[in-house]
Amino acid sequence: MSVFIATSRRRLVTNVLIKSLLLAGVIAALLPLVLVIGYVFAKGLPAFSADFFLTDPTGAFFGDQGGIRSAIIGTFAIVGLASLIAIPTGIALAVYLNEIGKKSKLASGIRYGVDILTGVPSIVFGLFIYSVLVIGDFMTGFAAWKGSLALALLMLPVVIRAGEVSLAMVPTTLREAALALGAPRWRVILFVVLPSAVSGLVTGSLLAIARTAGETAPLLFTVLGAQALTMSFVEPMNSLPLQIFNDIRQPNPDLVTRAWGAALTLILLILVTTLIARFAARRNRI
Amino acid sequence: MAKTTSITNTSSRALSVAREWSADATLRLVLQVFAIALMAIIVGFFVQLALMAAPVISSMGVAGFLFDNNWDVAHEIFGAWPLVVGTVITSVIALIIGVPVAVSAAIYITEFAPARLRSTLALLLDLLAAIPSVVYGLWGVFVLIPTLKPIERWVASTFDFVPFIGGAVNGPNYFVAGLILAIMIIPIVSAISREVLSTVPLAEKEAALALGATRIEVIRLAVLPHSAAGIVSAVMLGLGRAIGETIAVTLVIGNAAIIGQSIFSQGYTLAAVVANEFGEAEPGSVHSAALIAAGVVLFILTFIVNATARVLIMRRTVKRVSVADKVVA
Repeated sequence: MSVFIATSRRRLVTNVLIKSLLLAGVIAALLPLVLVIGYVFAKGLPAFSADFFLTDPTGAFFGDQGGIRSAIIGTFAIVGLASLIAIPTGIALAVYLNEIGKKSKLASGIRYGVDILTGVPSIVFGLFIYSVLVIGDFMTGFAAWKGSLALALLMLPVVIRAGEVSLAMVPTTLREAALALGAPRWRVILFVVLPSAVSGLVTGSLLAIARTAGETAPLLFTVLGAQALTMSFVEPMNSLPLQIFNDIRQPNPDLVTRAWGAALTLILLILVTTLIARFAARRNRI
Repeated sequence: MAKTTSITNTSSRALSVAREWSADATLRLVLQVFAIALMAIIVGFFVQLALMAAPVISSMGVAGFLFDNNWDVAHEIFGAWPLVVGTVITSVIALIIGVPVAVSAAIYITEFAPARLRSTLALLLDLLAAIPSVVYGLWGVFVLIPTLKPIERWVASTFDFVPFIGGAVNGPNYFVAGLILAIMIIPIVSAISREVLSTVPLAEKEAALALGATRIEVIRLAVLPHSAAGIVSAVMLGLGRAIGETIAVTLVIGNAAIIGQSIFSQGYTLAAVVANEFGEAEPGSVHSAALIAAGVVLFILTFIVNATARVLIMRRTVKRVSVADKVVA
């Protein structure tokens, strides 16, 4: 005789029913991922060619419309500069929050500020920069570096948060051991804490990059977009999201095809960055 | 001789220790300056935005800007009510569609999925968040809108007795925008829900199981009561995302500054108007100020929504699972 009390049929049926509903939720959640990525591959791959990656958009509506070279390079430049601003600043602030200011009023103020920044829609960051640096009293005009600044503001909370979490995972005993050997705080931070937390910091930074590389809204009012390739950060620059946004709205199937091709390029760049970030996180977790 | 050497030795060591400590103080100072600068930037930007938005407030008044149902660029009348309503409608549609999917996916993944599959499923859901907004817009315009249109027509004619359903169907409309927003908030809502669900003490679940509860009853009796507040805050954070989402929405909502008759009518949102009309607004004009004011309203709305979410999540302190999960949140 079984020790288990037989469960009523109705309860078992409910159990199976709700379990299948929950499974349906998983499928419904993953369906758009499959559909969107599937369509982007199917429609974007035909656009790929050597010319597609090696020529700049001409701006022509008919005839030779050109590829997306300036958009790809522009994305790398704008996001690269944004990372150069946001990652060191973010890690420095994370060090302040976790190692130095921990319980100070300033630190809790920063944490609150970071929480606020996390929830701010990306378009508001674009407007911030637009109202201060583009149409402000001192500096006028669209420029690539202003877009980088908007993206940096977007990345900053992600880097700070991830940084604080990964610094907190470094065992206190490590710090104490170093301090007991007579090392001053800055040496402990630089040579003990940061190296131990490096994989977490890399993951956080890469995810922040992946997050912002696809942003369009903050770039609209700051870098504006361009056709030709430029390496000058004080001029408007092209970028993949802007290229896609502009091509979508053109009533010309060839330009729409270019948008799909650019979308596939952007998605591949972002997915690769995201997956590298995950891989870095899985390896070498303290 | 030997004595003096040892003295200089000691004093030089003392000196180097002193230098080390002053390096500490410098580091602390530099980081504090960084921290204060960040705070100053946040406050400064907000003040600047408010100043830039002032012209429209002086011509329309706060209530007039928010509640007048008349957004007429040609006549310089900027009543943002159609945009506010559009933002609310699309966000509500997003929550109605997205939240059940996201929460049930989170429950399935934490409670039922085989351990091997769990992290893969979670990763796939997170990848949904990695797809840029403009790509969702592209897909929405060229795939979703044409595919849904016949279905929407059928729904509108079959259920035309239901309020806000019947009537003419536009290609780009509130529903399509809401659906895309639903897809976009699923990863966040689901990731935070997963985090919250994983904090339910095993003992409580085992206690319910020991009483003979089925797995679903365990969820109803032990898991959900424990994580309700956390899930509500996940939903709030999703709402914050939906309110502020710009590019995908502006591509699929039709950008018409009117309040549509049904969920299948064209509309506008606060974020969409900024992205769409910014190009034609003269810097310094009332129009430009109105767009910046729309941004300020967005900022305040998302601030309220997110602050509420924080308060709820604070009540049940969520343990920090991993860097990656935290970042997704």
